Amino acid sequence: MATRPVTEEALVERYGPHLNLAPPGGWQRDGDEVDRLVRTHCCFCGQQCSLYLKVAGNEVVGFEPDYAFPFNEGKLCPKGVKRYLQGSHPDRLHDPLERDPDAPGGFRTVTWERALSRTVDEIQRIQERYGNDAFAMLSGVSLTNEKSYLIGKFARLALGTANLDYNGRLCMVSAGAANKKSLGIDRASNAWDDIPRAEVIYLAGANVAECAPITTSYIWRARDHGAKLIVQDPRVTPIARTADVFLGLKPGTDSALLGSVLHVLIARDWIDHAFIEAHTEGFDAAAEAVRDYTPAWASQVTGVPANRIFDAAELWGTSETGMLLHARGIEHQTKGVENVMACINLGLATGKYGRPGCGVTTITGQGNGQGGREHGHKCDQLPGNRDITNPEHRAYIADVWGCAESEIPGKGLTAQEIIEAIHADEIKGLLSICFNPLVSLPDTAHTRAALEKLEFYANIDFFLSETAQFADVVLAGSLHEEDEGTSTSAEGRVIKINQAIDPPGNARKDWQILLEIARRLGRGRYFDHFVSTQDMFEELRVASKGGAADYYGVTWQRVEDEQGVFWPCPEIGHPGTRRLYEGGRFYTPNGRGRFNAVSYRDPAEVVDDEYPIWLTTGRVVSQYLSGTQTRRIGPLVTQYPEPLLEIHPQLADRHGIADGDLVRVTSRRNSMTLPARVVTTIRPDTVFIPYHWAGAQAANQLTNRALDPVSKIPEYKVSTVRIERLGERRAVVDSRDTRLYTDANATSPRER
Amino acid sequence: MEDAATGTGRADVGELYAGRDDVVFVIDQSRCIGCNACVAACAECGTHRGESMIHLEYVDRGSTVQTAPMVCMHCEDPTCAEVCPADAIKQNEDGVVQTSLKPRCIGCSNCVNACPFGVPKYMAEIDQMMKCDMCYDRTSEGLAPMCATVCPSEALWYGTREEFTQRRQGQLLSDWDFGNAHITTKVATVVTDREPGPLDVLLGREPQFRWQDDPFALEGRG
Ligand code: SF4
Ligand code: SF4
Ligand code: SF4
Repeated sequence: MATRPVTEEALVERYGPHLNLAPPGGWQRDGDEVDRLVRTHCCFCGQQCSLYLKVAGNEVVGFEPDYAFPFNEGKLCPKGVKRYLQGSHPDRLHDPLERDPDAPGGFRTVTWERALSRTVDEIQRIQERYGNDAFAMLSGVSLTNEKSYLIGKFARLALGTANLDYNGRLCMVSAGAANKKSLGIDRASNAWDDIPRAEVIYLAGANVAECAPITTSYIWRARDHGAKLIVQDPRVTPIARTADVFLGLKPGTDSALLGSVLHVLIARDWIDHAFIEAHTEGFDAAAEAVRDYTPAWASQVTGVPANRIFDAAELWGTSETGMLLHARGIEHQTKGVENVMACINLGLATGKYGRPGCGVTTITGQGNGQGGREHGHKCDQLPGNRDITNPEHRAYIADVWGCAESEIPGKGLTAQEIIEAIHADEIKGLLSICFNPLVSLPDTAHTRAALEKLEFYANIDFFLSETAQFADVVLAGSLHEEDEGTSTSAEGRVIKINQAIDPPGNARKDWQILLEIARRLGRGRYFDHFVSTQDMFEELRVASKGGAADYYGVTWQRVEDEQGVFWPCPEIGHPGTRRLYEGGRFYTPNGRGRFNAVSYRDPAEVVDDEYPIWLTTGRVVSQYLSGTQTRRIGPLVTQYPEPLLEIHPQLADRHGIADGDLVRVTSRRNSMTLPARVVTTIRPDTVFIPYHWAGAQAANQLTNRALDPVSKIPEYKVSTVRIERLGERRAVVDSRDTRLYTDANATSPRER
Repeated sequence: MEDAATGTGRADVGELYAGRDDVVFVIDQSRCIGCNACVAACAECGTHRGESMIHLEYVDRGSTVQTAPMVCMHCEDPTCAEVCPADAIKQNEDGVVQTSLKPRCIGCSNCVNACPFGVPKYMAEIDQMMKCDMCYDRTSEGLAPMCATVCPSEALWYGTREEFTQRRQGQLLSDWDFGNAHITTKVATVVTDREPGPLDVLLGREPQFRWQDDPFALEGRG
């Protein structure tokens, strides 16, 4: 039974999050003790900044900038600067654990033999009783390409389950689906060095300054050359502050706005007829869909003044070059795929593809979000971004894996659907790795109830995440700096992660844990040839060959020698592809870019008398995703210690709310209480809560489980709420919060 | 130090600005995105590990996301040093005004009060004034200061004046008037005269409406 063995407070007491405020040995540790510098990349977002870790013995004690890496040239955000504080953290798991309500903290340390045999017994028991698909796996895209590839193969051939999905489902899948459908390939259209070449930059739902900070320097460089900036967002984000045209729209109305921009482009004939004729298809249907989307109409729907919509269209349509960058703001919606298609339509209509300074691109959010969505831990996909339902693709991979095609299961359920299937008693067992669904999936109470229904739950992780608190068995895995492999950045650049230290105590490398489970399940023949992660990369190269995401020409050596290699890279002698679609050649079967007709429809939930306010969620720069890592790093927590409710003064006034007051926010799912931050930088009909916190502080208690019909991404960015003032603040909202403040004030946190 | 992975340690880039006398430390507030990377990185500086010497302020969070980083401006004739009764604040041959010398500093906070930019901080725990020393451990080896290295926006930037003009717009300003006092600083800010703001009374212009004054067009001015 997967429940919390003891109270949440007792679990937090023992396993954190606690704050690490100083490196091992303290701040005064002599720099001379550092015995090596290991060049690697940041373990957090999709920018994948390069840096050096300072290592002393088996501890990471600091960092040095890497001035030479072309993407970030030494630049880092605060997460990259402080990432080294996750190593030697007091919360780090050193041994496998088994749930034991009688043990202090609810878990007892067990041997690997015990942990693995219990896990394998339970997998076999569940699969014999309920069928193979009743045991599911959830994975994460903080993992390297090698591990992603291994997990895809492991779930299909060792577990034999169709039900494998990953937390990229909560991130880039809408962009991926739209890109594949419209352009035939799912990757950023350009290396980032095209951004400074653009005359106009259009950011749609992309809080670049906080979610992809290094990208701001590319945008400022473009502005140094005179580029104009258009920003579409319900909040004035730090990058929006300097926009030439700001489109402060209502959450969930992006496709109306983008459709209206297309309408103006066509009406004013700011479109590239030659490009449309020679390189695209479907223009007429796309044009027909926006025939009535005048700026006046769109202004009614979106709340953006018609003249600003016109100005945006004029800037985009009359500039010779331009790049449109979009992110979760338009993708985290039940219309995520349509929103991205609407962006692509703007690029195709104006011929802004395949030339310097031209492109339409998603900004991948998670560390290896790009590579992780190519090599097989998506429920519908095989390595090389192959389609698991395509017989030819299946046959090719069966050949690489040395199995019968029939041994590869079919298409499985997506992440949120797996939770629903647990509720429906179809899934009984779960193995997860580096995924914290209890914090990151919408409607937290629903996710928690699903975890509690599982007959068996095993978790591979390095900290006891909020979700791992529900596990029967926790397998102590490895941190980013404890293993080597490659990842693929937001640009599409394959880069090398180097090992700095060994896993501490009895913790093991993730892939070694998976291989051992496979062996014990009697499936060693498909895995025993892997003795290093490089072996996995070599097999991945072959498995991706000829696929939509072709890595065949990429080798670890090339990645090191060339400061990364851009895929597609089909041959060893191939230089890699920095800019896609050159010469107007797309990756669709007939080589043409496809327009899609995008009509506006309402979000899954719209404001009414009971829930009259829009809620939107997002990130802050000091925290990363569900906060499993960053909520343990002292300086990052003190930068933004708790979630705040951003609210406009007009809305605040109506409820008698002053800056700092405690406010209860209630949606159709649940309520939460948090302090208000009264700012004019958000729409007066909308409130914002960052989503990185857990328990009583989790924004996802409120959000809606409604999914995009194609990508199955949940609608994080649009739900509806009501609010009420509870009183003045300074009572702390959550028990974890108390601990954080206590710890932050402690003189010597590591002696705790 | 060797880099285990590639055999190329940071020594390779340590030559960046070594021996160059035209380097300049630049602040351009207009680029700042408030990310605090500078603050995080400053605390990793060799001379004051664990403490940041850079300030980052919200100008007025209620009405704007504009933030402002503030480092020591490294004045040519530093007031902080002039008013120090213990002669604890030194300026080195490169014009860098350094943190107070521990054995000399008497914690009187004269410098804290005198600095026109509000930079030196009195740290009660150690009874000493500390301030940005332009990462002397790094700049003396030809490296950029920590904050300017990591700043994702290049709001803080370090390089030669020539690089600046090649790469960036705006003019560098390092002369200041505080009442009758004229101050020249080693650190420069970036100014642009391209868009005279509403305060440009000399030209007699009407204040220009900018969207930031009404971002969501609540007053119907688009
Ligand atoms: S979190 Fe992202 S932007 Fe920040 S240092 Fe890491 S990779 Fe770079
Ligand atoms: S120059 Fe160095 S000491 Fe000064 S603020 Fe920047 S990082 Fe801190
Ligand atoms: S690092 Fe740069 S952008 Fe970030 S807060 Fe500091 S000055 Fe501003």
